[in-house]
Amino acid sequence: MPTRIEQLFPKLKDQKRAALIAYVTAGDPSPERTPGIVAALERGGVDLIELGVPFSDPIADGPVIQAGAERALKAGTTLRKVLEMARTIRKTSEIPMLLFTYLNPAMRYGFENLGRDAKAAGIDGCLLTDLSVEEAAPYVASMRASGLDTVFLAAPTSTPRRLELVAQYSTGFVYLVSRTGVTGERTALSSTLEPLLAAMRTVTKLPLAAGFGISTPEQAGAVARIADGVVVGSALVRLIGENASDAQLESFARSLREGMGRE
Amino acid sequence: MITSQPDASGHFGPYGGRFVPEALMAPLEELERAYQEASADPVFQAELADLLHNYAGRPTPLSYAKRLSETLGGAKIYLKREDLLHTGAHKINNCLGQALLCRRMGKQRVIAETGAGQHGVATATVCALFGLDCTVYMGEEDMRRQRLNVFRMRLLGAKVVGVSAGSRTLKDAISEAMRDWVTNVNDTYYLLGSALGAHPYPVMVRDFHRVIGLEARAEILQREGRLPDAAIACVGGGSNAIGLFHAFIGDENVRLIGVEAGGRGAELGQHAARFSGGSPGVLHGTHSYLLQDADGQVTLTHSISAGLDYPTVGPEHAWLHDRRRAEYTSVSDAEALAGALRLARTEGIIPALESAHAVAEVIQRAPAAKGQIFIVNLSGRGDKDTDIYRENLPELDADTN
Repeated sequence: MPTRIEQLFPKLKDQKRAALIAYVTAGDPSPERTPGIVAALERGGVDLIELGVPFSDPIADGPVIQAGAERALKAGTTLRKVLEMARTIRKTSEIPMLLFTYLNPAMRYGFENLGRDAKAAGIDGCLLTDLSVEEAAPYVASMRASGLDTVFLAAPTSTPRRLELVAQYSTGFVYLVSRTGVTGERTALSSTLEPLLAAMRTVTKLPLAAGFGISTPEQAGAVARIADGVVVGSALVRLIGENASDAQLESFARSLREGMGRE
Repeated sequence: MITSQPDASGHFGPYGGRFVPEALMAPLEELERAYQEASADPVFQAELADLLHNYAGRPTPLSYAKRLSETLGGAKIYLKREDLLHTGAHKINNCLGQALLCRRMGKQRVIAETGAGQHGVATATVCALFGLDCTVYMGEEDMRRQRLNVFRMRLLGAKVVGVSAGSRTLKDAISEAMRDWVTNVNDTYYLLGSALGAHPYPVMVRDFHRVIGLEARAEILQREGRLPDAAIACVGGGSNAIGLFHAFIGDENVRLIGVEAGGRGAELGQHAARFSGGSPGVLHGTHSYLLQDADGQVTLTHSISAGLDYPTVGPEHAWLHDRRRAEYTSVSDAEALAGALRLARTEGIIPALESAHAVAEVIQRAPAAKGQIFIVNLSGRGDKDTDIYRENLPELDADTN
C-alpha cells in the first residue's frame, strides 16, 4: 500500500502545485507543544511534516536548528517520545509525516524496532542526514519491511554516479539540498538548485523536493515553480524559538503557501 | 601474520566507514583518490621525507629512561621522543603530509579542529610554511585551558574560532569544522587531526604517523637486539597510538596498550574511557566505540587533558580492541598528574598531560615487569599545560618555595 507521502505528490500534481513541507524539531520547545504546532501548520496549508528527532551533535544543521535541538533535548525529548507525539498527531490528522534525524539515535533504537514502532505510530517515512547510501542497506531493508519510505539527500556536489545511487535508495521523494552548507535561512536562493534538479530528473521519476536556505514566501514561490516540493525549516524553528504562538505559526505557513501560488 | 588494513570502503571489520551528509560524500571520494595517487607517487613521498627530516626534526630519539626505570625497579622504559619534534608534538607528522596533499589538490584554504591546541598549532605552522589560509576551530573551554596554544596559532597567522556549543571541547570543534567544510567544500581542505572521522581520514592520518613505530621498532632492535614487550601510548582520537602501534601489529609478542582518560571517575560524563564506558555508535563520520546514553545521544566527557577529552575513538582502535590485538585501559586525572611530576623529577622531561597518561600507565606496570622492555610514546611536551599544572600543583607555585 502506498504511504501517505507517495499518495501526496500525485494528488498535488493534479492540483498543479508543489508540496509545502515544514520541518520542526519534535519536542521544541516541549513535547506537549508539538502536536499543536503540527496542527497549526496543517491549518496554514502545510502538506507534509518533517518531524525532527533532536541529536546532541547535529553536524548538518546551522545555529537555528542546533538551538531547537538543544531546547528539545533539554525538555526530555527522545526518539521514543517523538513516536508518542506522532501517535498523538495521527489521532486527528492524516498529514504525511517523515521522521528526520541523524543515524546514531536510530541505530541505538534498532532499525527493525524503529521501522515497526514508527509505522505503528503513523509515521510514513524516514530520512537520516548522515547516512550515506553506501552504508544504508540494513536500514533500508528494515524500513521497507515495515512499509516506510526512505528519503535520501542529493547535493550540488553529488556526482552523476551518486545521484543514481540516491535515486535507487529513495522512495516517496528525493530531498535536494539546494546549496552546499548547513541548514539555515539565506537572503538569496542558490544558483546550484536548477542544475541539480535537471540532473536528478534525468535519473528518477520520483518527486523532487528542495530545502536548505528557503525561508520567505518569495523564495518558496521561486522554488515551487521548478520543484515538486519546498522545505522550510529554520525559519519555523526560529519563530518557535522566539515563542511564536500556534496562530502565528499558522499565519506564517499560510504566507508561504500563498507565496507558492493558490490552489 | 596479523595485519590491519581497512576494506575498500574504509571499514575496519564492523567499524569505520563513511557517515556524513551527502554533500561531503563526493569530496571525500575526491580526497581518497588524491591520497591514493599521492601515496604511490615517489616525488610526494620524497618531499614529505625531506620535510620530516629537515623541518620537523625526524627521526626522533628513543631515550632510555634510566632513572625512571631504576627507581621503579622493574622494566626497562624507553621513551619515543615525539615531544622533541618541531611544534612540540607528533601532530606535525600528519600536518606536513596533509598540507602537501592540500597543495597537490589545489586548495588554498585550510580548516582544522583542535582540542589541546597541538594539532591547531601544527596546522597553523604548515599553513604558514605553505602560504595557505588557515582557520582553526576550538572549543571555548579548551581555549581557556590551552591559552598558550591559542596565542601560538595566532602568532603563526591562523584565525582561531571559538566554539560555544555543547561541551565546548574537541567534539564541538570537530562538529563546527565539519559545518564549515560542508559550506565551503569547493575551495577548502579539512585537515583533520586524528585517526578518526570518515574514510579516508583514519587510514591517511595513521599512515602519516606510522613513521613513529617504524623508527621505534628499528631502533630498539638495534639497541636491545630484540623487540619490546609492550608499546604504550595515550588514546584520545588515537593518532599517536596508532602511529606507534602499527609497525608492531604483526609482532604478536609485543603487547599494544592504549591509555584512555579515566578523568574523575567511572560515572558517565566524568571520563573519556570509550572502551570500558561506551558502546558502538556513529559520530563525526565513523562507526566506533562511543560514549552515549540509552537514547543514542552523545554524552559529555571529562579529562584534565584536552587532547583526550573526546567521546569516540578512531575506528582502527575499535577493531584492534575487538580482535584483542591491542588492550585499552585508563588512568585518572590524578594519576596522570603524578606521572607527569615523576617523569619531570626523574628524567628532566615535562610531558604533555595527554602523554602523561601513558607515563602513568607504565609507572603502574613497570615494577612487576623485571626483565621486560617497554616503549612509551611521549607524544608531546608539557609547555602548553603549564597553566593546568600550576592550577593543580599550587604547593609548587607559592612564593615560599
